[in-house]
Amino acid sequence: MAAEKLKCKECGADYPLEALYVCERCFGPLEVAYDHSRLDVGAALRRRIQAGREDIWRYADFLPLSGPPPGPGNREIPLAGLPVGWTPLMRADRLAQALGLRNVYVKNDAANPTHSFKDRVVAVASARARELGFATLACASTGNLGNAVAAQAAAIGLPSFVFIPADLEEQKILATGVYGTNLVEVRGNYDEVNRLCTELSAEHDDWAFVNINMRPYYAEGSKSLAFEIAEQLDWELPDRIVAPIASGSLFTKIARGFEEWLDVGLLEGHLPVMNGAQATGCSPVANAFEAGADFCQPVKPNTIAKSLAIGNPADGPYALDLARRTRGAVDAVSDDQIRDGIVLLAQTTGIFTETAGGVTTAVLKTLAERGDIDPEERVVLVITGDGLKTLDAVRGSFAQRQIDPTLESFEAASAHDSLIARALV
Amino acid sequence: MAVAVKIPVTLRPATDGESEVHVEGETVAEVLDALFERFGELRDRISDDGGSLRRFVNVFVGGEDIRFLDGLDTPVADGSELTILPAVAGG
Repeated sequence: MAAEKLKCKECGADYPLEALYVCERCFGPLEVAYDHSRLDVGAALRRRIQAGREDIWRYADFLPLSGPPPGPGNREIPLAGLPVGWTPLMRADRLAQALGLRNVYVKNDAANPTHSFKDRVVAVASARARELGFATLACASTGNLGNAVAAQAAAIGLPSFVFIPADLEEQKILATGVYGTNLVEVRGNYDEVNRLCTELSAEHDDWAFVNINMRPYYAEGSKSLAFEIAEQLDWELPDRIVAPIASGSLFTKIARGFEEWLDVGLLEGHLPVMNGAQATGCSPVANAFEAGADFCQPVKPNTIAKSLAIGNPADGPYALDLARRTRGAVDAVSDDQIRDGIVLLAQTTGIFTETAGGVTTAVLKTLAERGDIDPEERVVLVITGDGLKTLDAVRGSFAQRQIDPTLESFEAASAHDSLIARALV
Repeated sequence: MAVAVKIPVTLRPATDGESEVHVEGETVAEVLDALFERFGELRDRISDDGGSLRRFVNVFVGGEDIRFLDGLDTPVADGSELTILPAVAGG
């Protein structure tokens, strides 16, 4: 396959494609580098992709396995695991209209097996982990990743350990524990969980921590979002992407996916404008963007958007650089705006998203109101998780009536609060 | 004052394989200087040319990120623990 080596993003040092994530020389992050010189690009490659599986492995040429994708045809890793990706890209005309725009699309990654984009990164990390001979999966999670690791581990029959902050939403805890993982609640915030897991990964080097020692492979999974968006737009680039930022990995890898396809000639044009979305209660990247800084000062998170509550974002500097060089921005929105964002998306598209999607939708609204978006632009809103994961966010956001099972009771209630008239936004 | 410095795996080749090193110092900067005196190779790995920490190095005193404290001037009490970790994990 085309993955060639790991390369330090800071100093450019090369490393073999092993379970490494930090440069020994400068502590910079390692990233997978590819050699696509032997790829038969052009129409043949397009056709091959189009004829591929309806999951992320249709893009295997651009993902970091040394052998073929997992599945019965692969002697080394015969269990395919959960099929992930190939989620809908929906035209969102009513949302566009509400914002004074004309071409808005929603990439609905809540349509993954455990209802968030994390299934993509876990599919890649777990496949690479099996190629490298690991027999235990682990992760530090703000919730969605825990769901994905526990489920994928169950599907491929590996034990797993999921470390989460103890104050997570109950839905995310239940939807992780059910898969039979070893669920560990840590009394601390995500950054503390992450620090603990970084230390643990050194002591348990026979564990594949998907977002620590497997992080270079894990992060590659997010590129599949870009590949799908481009393919679903008939092999064209959108003008603008609005996506959430927690660690900054998803945000930067979406752009990397587009860049790789531009490099090999599968796409023409230039990178979309990249807009990052954070919650005011945890906005280290938005703060640094505003301040003109090229590095993030860490913060202590305090927001309902717990899946984005990373106060010390690993890819913060790269997210800042990307937003600036594409003439985008990184904006932050309040918890009330997040709740309104969830409702706006639900009532104009029929998609119920979790708080992170509320953040992203609210930032799109902010950009539209600020006049940053030309109405003709083709904008893709990346919705990363399902509203059923954060039900508390919408509690109290609407009224309902209880009636007796009689016509009179219904008529009296509907006259009372115009139950029927209350409809479209 | 003796401080226990926890060394990440990536840096252990530079500390003769030791995972914990005891050195003297009253601030983070002093502790790191003492560490660099014993293991010269460490300085380039985690400090930049200006003497600041490289941007992907996190240092914790008693479990707290020193950027929430006084940075390199953070006082380090006798018997406390200083942890050096890569910043690129998670998310």
